[in-house]
Amino acid sequence: MNNQKADIHCDLMIIGTGMAGMAAALFAAGQDLDIVQAGRTGQLGFASGLIDVLGIYPVARSRIVKNPWPAIADLGRHEPAHPYAKMAISEIQTAVDTVLGFFEQAGYPYMYRKNQNMIMPTAAGTVKPTYAAAHTMAHGQAAMAHQQPCLLVDFKGLKGFGSRMIAANLARTWPGLRPVTIGFPEAGTELHPEPMARALETARMREKLAENIAPYLGDAACVALPAILGISRTQKVTKELSGLLGVPVFEISTMVPGVSGIRIMEIFQQHLPEMGINAFFQHNVRKACRKTGGGWVFEVGDRSHWRLVSARAALVCSGRFLGGGLHADRAGITETIFNLPVARVPERDSWHHRDLLHAGGHPVNRAGLAVDTSFRPVDDNNSPVWPDLFAAGTILAGQDWMREKCGSGLSIATAYAAVRAARRFLEKT
Amino acid sequence: MQTCVLIIGAGATGTALARDLSLRGIDCILVEKGDVNAGASGANHGLLHSGARYIVSDPAAAAECHAENRILKQIAPQCIEDTGGLFVAVQGDDEKYIADFPTACQKCGIPVQPLSPDQARDMEPALSEHVIAAFWVDDAAIDPFKLSLDNLSCAQAHGARLLCRHQVTSFEIRGGRIVCTHVRDLNTDKQFFIEAQVVVNAAGAWADIIARCAGAQMQMYYSKGSLMVTQNRIAKRVINRLRMPTDGDILVPGGTVSILGTTSERVASPDFIYPEIHEIDTILDQGSAMIPKLAQTHYIRAYCGVRPLPAGSEITNPARDPDDRAVSRGYELIDHQDQPEQMANFVSITGGKLTTCRLMAEKTADLVCEKLGIQAVCRTRTEPVPDAAEAKWTKPGLAPAAWVRENRCKEPLLCECEMVPESVVKQIADTFAANQQRPDLKAISLRSRIGKGPCQGTFCSMRIMAYLYDQGYINDRYGTDDLRAFLKERWRGRQPLAWNNGLARAELMEAMHCGLFCLEL
Ligand SMILES: Cc1cc2nc3c(=O)[nH]c(=O)nc-3n(C[C@H](O)[C@H](O)[C@H](O)COP(=O)(O)OP(=O)(O)OC[C@H]3O[C@@H](n4cnc5c(N)ncnc54)[C@H](O)[C@@H]3O)c2cc1C
Repeated sequence: MNNQKADIHCDLMIIGTGMAGMAAALFAAGQDLDIVQAGRTGQLGFASGLIDVLGIYPVARSRIVKNPWPAIADLGRHEPAHPYAKMAISEIQTAVDTVLGFFEQAGYPYMYRKNQNMIMPTAAGTVKPTYAAAHTMAHGQAAMAHQQPCLLVDFKGLKGFGSRMIAANLARTWPGLRPVTIGFPEAGTELHPEPMARALETARMREKLAENIAPYLGDAACVALPAILGISRTQKVTKELSGLLGVPVFEISTMVPGVSGIRIMEIFQQHLPEMGINAFFQHNVRKACRKTGGGWVFEVGDRSHWRLVSARAALVCSGRFLGGGLHADRAGITETIFNLPVARVPERDSWHHRDLLHAGGHPVNRAGLAVDTSFRPVDDNNSPVWPDLFAAGTILAGQDWMREKCGSGLSIATAYAAVRAARRFLEKT
Repeated sequence: MQTCVLIIGAGATGTALARDLSLRGIDCILVEKGDVNAGASGANHGLLHSGARYIVSDPAAAAECHAENRILKQIAPQCIEDTGGLFVAVQGDDEKYIADFPTACQKCGIPVQPLSPDQARDMEPALSEHVIAAFWVDDAAIDPFKLSLDNLSCAQAHGARLLCRHQVTSFEIRGGRIVCTHVRDLNTDKQFFIEAQVVVNAAGAWADIIARCAGAQMQMYYSKGSLMVTQNRIAKRVINRLRMPTDGDILVPGGTVSILGTTSERVASPDFIYPEIHEIDTILDQGSAMIPKLAQTHYIRAYCGVRPLPAGSEITNPARDPDDRAVSRGYELIDHQDQPEQMANFVSITGGKLTTCRLMAEKTADLVCEKLGIQAVCRTRTEPVPDAAEAKWTKPGLAPAAWVRENRCKEPLLCECEMVPESVVKQIADTFAANQQRPDLKAISLRSRIGKGPCQGTFCSMRIMAYLYDQGYINDRYGTDDLRAFLKERWRGRQPLAWNNGLARAELMEAMHCGLFCLEL
């Protein structure tokens, strides 16, 4: 393969289309570099509409972080192996601001306060610290904080979102939350968030929904719904539905996969190609081959239909076990494309605690690719495995995004740092 | 509360005994600290033994198993899939054991048919190329949940009462009799008494604890066994390794899945047990010698149970007993009248097998009748166990079939892996509400297939909980705690299998419930 003629030549190959891969493509776009991106878009579907930067630290003490920046500084001092420890705080802020700015430009703004996490209600009736919330959800923070009287609506036939469950569990912090179950206009027996959200993009359906909600409004100062306020026209849907009801409406994030993921996915898929990224969404990188003298050739596609992409450098953002970047068998853990060394792998009998909810988090979650300050995967001796191979996102070792509540932030920040390092490398050679 | 017979423990034995006694017209109360089949009866292999496994190690138990196998197939066919079973040996297995096998079976009255390795592979294509000998026997698969629930339902129809989440805490003993049993209602934490003429200890691996409460001596060992559930069914029949019983040598079909087991490990207590990774490795390595594809297939869950092994007199020094499999798998019926403590109205029944639970109940009920001075014959040998409505959803594949047949497509499925619709959850929840109890996810999963598919509750747990709130079964914070408890319980069976896509699914469960919903906080 490495001697075959490639179909496409580029400077940087970005592998992965989750939050890290998409953010990396965004950072790399418009910089006079030829970029190819490939990967199946499954993972972004799990995005919740909340951008976490650092919500819990230290994990073992389950402490909720009020201001993420000093907490990240603290984390960097105590956990030098954490990916955040390899960057300056200002870079993390720039990275997150850039992505949030991009979402705003794309018509899907996020709300956040520079130095303060938001505390958001969830569909399980728990609360979650996050850094930025989609504009459709943001009002939930203030409504809960000020205990506003709020009508919480769920729908007959929409599974996994129970207004009574949320209200009963939040009753102590938010006594004014009043649950109601209504029918969704023109609905069948089973409802799914995506068609509901698309339906609400039409004025007629919004009016009908408002009619169904109105009789229950009472003293409510706001109305909470599951995440269904449109896909691409969320601002219009939210504004007009609020107008019809006379009070603000907002979403509570639902079980994954939900529409929050679809929204972000569609935004990236629409804008990245316009920004010059040569993107192969829904195409996997099947194989990587080292070229003699440096650089890579990739097989992109499936068994019956694939093309060869030659790249001067590559950035791997292929995710963990669910995303497919890492693979485990009983003998150990491997990285699936380059067979890179996987660091911090504990003995198999201590990959997980016996308790799912163990306060410290599961040791296997901290296994992954160890990188140098240029975000190049390193071997046991801490030297880069390849000069032209970079990594970003949750595949990195030393973090536990699920417990630290830092999934999106970590992906965005490390993508920024890795792209910058890759660019420096490409400029030099 | 008063009753004629108090039965402690609602496992296979306790529920079979409740049915036996109530069919003889004797009033009884069943007290259970957890739920039906909370002990070994809910954590076994589901093999209705032909007896062939015990022909050498324990011929008496083998013959007993075989007789009961015949009876259960007659009286409770709805709980049994009569698959038949194979015993197969692979290269390197003990030739003498193979040669002696058919005669040893015949000595115990167990029908056996020799097969050529090719015939065996024709019947079960998953078998190894290295099979050197094979026999057919009349093993079968049995649904232990359905059996206990059917027995129980029949007993209740004849007046028996069940108190779940009620724990026996102590006894009041006067003049060599238990005059009163103290019970704590674990729902409310309230204590009360039950007065019974006879008390039967059917507490399985906890029987020694109960016996000690009554001042009686009972020596028992706990042998933990772990098993793993495949994602798809691997074989039509039960497949046993043709050798002295050891680890990882049986594969039993269970509807749409197969169950591979088991191990035997001495543990100090029957509580807080986990399937361990080294056990999983042993089972897999052993099992794949017989059926190679077991090494590659996907597994959805592991679980473990404790065998109560009454220490018979043959074992003088337990520390020197190298293998708990040498301890008899026969049952032990103890009349505490004949023991040093001379307790007139206290009986213990423990050990044995799921396969022999009816026989154990019969013998116990005979002794109870003798103590009560009642002459009533056992009816369970021939009288069919009715197929109870409340037990019908335990069967794999039944809910989806009904859903399609009754054109329920108009009804949301709360569990998509096993296709359990709202109405099934409602039916089960209503039986709890009727007893002024709150349904919980574990209780619903015991009576249906929820949480048993590949997602192991990742999605259905939230959906069902939201539904229970919406229907008004739950209206305080209890539901989220129950959600945590259920997810933890599913995790227990998932964490030792976390490799390959088992790890990807574990990650999804944690991503949703910790990453998004913060249930760990
Ligand atoms: C791994 C394994 C695999 C097996 N495979 C098979 C098989 O394939 N075929 C077969 O025939 N047999 C099999 N067996 C054996 C079979 O499961 C048991 O023999 C049978 O289930 C025992 O039933 P039981 O009712 O006596 O005990 P249990 O089911 O353990 O019931 C005892 C009950 O007593 C309750 N209890 C305890 N203390 C108290 C208290 N203080 N107050 C109130 N209640 C109390 C417990 O909660 C429990 O529910 C297997 C066993 C194990 C462990």
